[in-house]
Amino acid sequence: MNEFVGTQGLILNEPLLWERGRQGRTGYSLPTRDVDPAPLDDAVAGEGPDFPDLSEVEIVRHYTRLSQWNYGVDSGMYPLGSCTMKYNPKTNERQAALPGFAGSHPLVPSELCQGALRLIYELEHYLAHVSGLDAVAVQPAAGAQGELAGMLIFAAYHRDQGSSRSKILIPDTAHGTNPASAALCGYQSVPLKTGPEGVLTPEAVEALMDEDTAGLMVTNPNTLGLFETHTRKIADIVHAKGGLIYADGANMNAVMGVVDFGKAGIDVLHINLHKTFSTPHGGGGPGAGPVCVTRQLEPFLPAPRVVKTGAAFRLSEDFPKSIGKLNAFYGNFGVLVRAYSYILSLGTHLKDVSQHAVLNANYIKEKLKDIYHLPFDKPCMHECVFTDKHLEAHKVSTLDLAKRLIDYGFHPPTIYFPLVVQGAIMIEPTESESRENIDQFIATMRAIHREAEDDAERLTGAPRNTKVRRLDETTAARKPVLRG
Amino acid sequence: MMRYLPHTPKDIESMLAAVGVKDLDGLFASIPEDCRRDDPLDLPTLTEWELNAHMDKLAAQTVSWDTHRIFAGAGSYHHFIPEAARHVLSRSEFVTAYTPYQPEMSQGTLQGIFEYQTLVCRLLGMEVANASLYDGASALAEALLMAIRIGRTKKKTVAVSDLVNPYYRKVVETYFKPTDFKVETIPHKADGTADLDAIAAIDDLAGVAVQSPNFFGCVEDLQAAGEAIHARGAVFITAFSEPLAYGLLKTPGQQDADIVCGEGQSLGLSQSFGGPGVGIFTAKQKYVRNMPGRLVGQTLDADGQRGFVLTLSTREQHIRREKATSNICSNQSLCAMAAGIYMATLGGTGFRELAALNRDKAEYLKQALGATGLELPFARPTFNEFVVKFPKGFDAKWQTLLEEKKIMCGVPLVCYYPELADHYLLCVTETKSREDLDMLVKEVQP
Ligand SMILES: Cc1ncc(COP(=O)(O)O)c(C=O)c1O
Repeated sequence: MNEFVGTQGLILNEPLLWERGRQGRTGYSLPTRDVDPAPLDDAVAGEGPDFPDLSEVEIVRHYTRLSQWNYGVDSGMYPLGSCTMKYNPKTNERQAALPGFAGSHPLVPSELCQGALRLIYELEHYLAHVSGLDAVAVQPAAGAQGELAGMLIFAAYHRDQGSSRSKILIPDTAHGTNPASAALCGYQSVPLKTGPEGVLTPEAVEALMDEDTAGLMVTNPNTLGLFETHTRKIADIVHAKGGLIYADGANMNAVMGVVDFGKAGIDVLHINLHKTFSTPHGGGGPGAGPVCVTRQLEPFLPAPRVVKTGAAFRLSEDFPKSIGKLNAFYGNFGVLVRAYSYILSLGTHLKDVSQHAVLNANYIKEKLKDIYHLPFDKPCMHECVFTDKHLEAHKVSTLDLAKRLIDYGFHPPTIYFPLVVQGAIMIEPTESESRENIDQFIATMRAIHREAEDDAERLTGAPRNTKVRRLDETTAARKPVLRG
Repeated sequence: MMRYLPHTPKDIESMLAAVGVKDLDGLFASIPEDCRRDDPLDLPTLTEWELNAHMDKLAAQTVSWDTHRIFAGAGSYHHFIPEAARHVLSRSEFVTAYTPYQPEMSQGTLQGIFEYQTLVCRLLGMEVANASLYDGASALAEALLMAIRIGRTKKKTVAVSDLVNPYYRKVVETYFKPTDFKVETIPHKADGTADLDAIAAIDDLAGVAVQSPNFFGCVEDLQAAGEAIHARGAVFITAFSEPLAYGLLKTPGQQDADIVCGEGQSLGLSQSFGGPGVGIFTAKQKYVRNMPGRLVGQTLDADGQRGFVLTLSTREQHIRREKATSNICSNQSLCAMAAGIYMATLGGTGFRELAALNRDKAEYLKQALGATGLELPFARPTFNEFVVKFPKGFDAKWQTLLEEKKIMCGVPLVCYYPELADHYLLCVTETKSREDLDMLVKEVQP
């Protein structure tokens, strides 16, 4: 297939909600009034909200048009590094919508929600098995809340040991949520420099690890797409000083069926179900960030937890050392249903998922490294990171490349992250893309490179095929308009 | 062959050759032995129809509003969700997109969230709303941390009414445990509202949170609460778990709240065993730079057309790292979209009428139960939840009703307030007919 996917479709205009409608319409079938109006004390009564009134047809058209200005995994390849934008199976949506799941009240007694409790229990066991750790709590609502849970576990563990530590080691390649989560627990982040090979060195850790340091937070595979090869040795160094190792498992999609995080010396790990386990990202959530721990740290997991006695499941609060609750109820249960459904659909094929994801990333790396600058020229895991170094001569940047990819019908890679790589272009194809799609992406990246050489304006003026062109973000921040 | 994995053996072979690796295992050569698992994965693998059968079975082992008449709210409410709202929300361009980092190809999400922010502000009478937090509980924890930031961390204590949803208070406790800030609890008065006199005795007060309608369903006098709290120089936070109430009630913004946050599940989200919901978070404009979470703002494109972007991100973790206002990254965007769609579907007229129906039905049940001689211990006005005191030993009856009649007669308050034995928190939404209500009265009358 030689044709590029990007094309100009019919883009319809659609105003803001309140620029539409007429007072007195509704899109809702109001229930029959079968009781009398009850008077309400004037002291508390208000006027009701100033919402526009729209009919059902107007609502449906409004949101359908908005949706057409969006791009999702169902639209095409979405190689957004670190985000694992894989296919979101449709059967998962069916399962989450079953009345027993979608329509269940969280406070019914345990005897009446055995199915939901069993699902949580089994999911926790499957995730423990895949990660190599001993116990899991699925309560955290996203990756960052999983990190917070992990840091709270660190703090609770050290308190339990009768010590209090003030620092935490965080590599310079870490995602911003890592230091932010540590800060929420009062830890001061100590930046750890990545070695020349793109991975941490035991020497760097040895030099900074001390008895006032609670431990180390590491993303593995890291955000350069490389496996942290010295993990076990680093863990031994940290453990010898009484510290703990936290692994950000956002990149778990690379290593299922291959890596045993327990054996590698990891004490706490979080997994993003909205990445590795296929739950849709929803334009920014809801996700779920289960936290996995060693047997030693199990008492600190968030509660309540589902426990099994005989064949019966129940929620138990009886964990006196628990860090407590992170959510009003049990986390994003609807997301858990989808991840559970995904695991059961793939089973042992989860290892194939990782193999194909890694194959695709390495293939792209090999096919582009002659023209795009590759800061670490070695085999990668599930993503590869290029830079815009070779584009500089043509006065185009990573941002211009990203915007031009949009015109060609691809979602751009993650850009300018990790921060240690200047002008980073982080490509994560995932296992979902076929050979043809990947070849087309490669051909597009090469075509854009030629354009940069011959006609840079095509990049700097991109995108042109979208509903809007480049937006003025400076004015948006300087004179914020946050509501209409 | 697996349907989510497109590669054929031939594809794999040729791609491996391009990479220069012999077999798939060769791709993992960089992983040392001391990190490798010893055992293969051992997981069940089901076909699509086996999966359906398995999930149907699990779902059937959990009761829902489909199988039972549940008169319980306590932070999770059963409201009817229109099919049109459900349908547009399921557009895969919304569902399968990431956070809108590339605004030119995410205008649908961005305009939808901008509209959500606007409708939420109008509902609560506030000036700015963020793009969502995880849920009502973590939103409250974030609000209290924000109050401390507003006080430039000089004031180290916050106070929370004991009529704030007990689960939210537990989450606040979790978020505050590792900090050197203190959380005090404000007791309640006999009429079922917070006793703000108690804050006089608390020093170093950065912020105070009350919930309205509170956990007993009572509407607080927010005006008076705000005056008392502002008199102490503290940030006035109001929380909620049932935003539909503001279809009828005076808004917190009108009553001078500084931060208003809570749970938006009622606005078009299924209960889903407690999540995902959506943490609604709003504040006065002057505090916008202290807010946690993402914000969508309006701007112009290179051709001068209106468009939307994520903005004021210098508050956030990806820029500010350890100095960020919060660690939140992914939020509950699709749920915020759902809430926006739901509010738009009802419209102002519909929203007010639906809120009125909720209250009128709840009031009908409350009066009818009162007329049977049951005690209604709290005199304050209520919305769609209220407390009833049943005769001693009602717990057995409650259990029988659940098991034999498939009726859940509220939530026992003794689990949260040990002194409130035999007190139950009941909830009535538009989904209950007068018949349902009459039936409940017949079953429980003394
Ligand atoms: C490496 C890494 N860690 C943590 C996170 C945070 O996850 P979430 O957005 O679910 O909070 C991300 C997500 O972008 C990530 O890429």
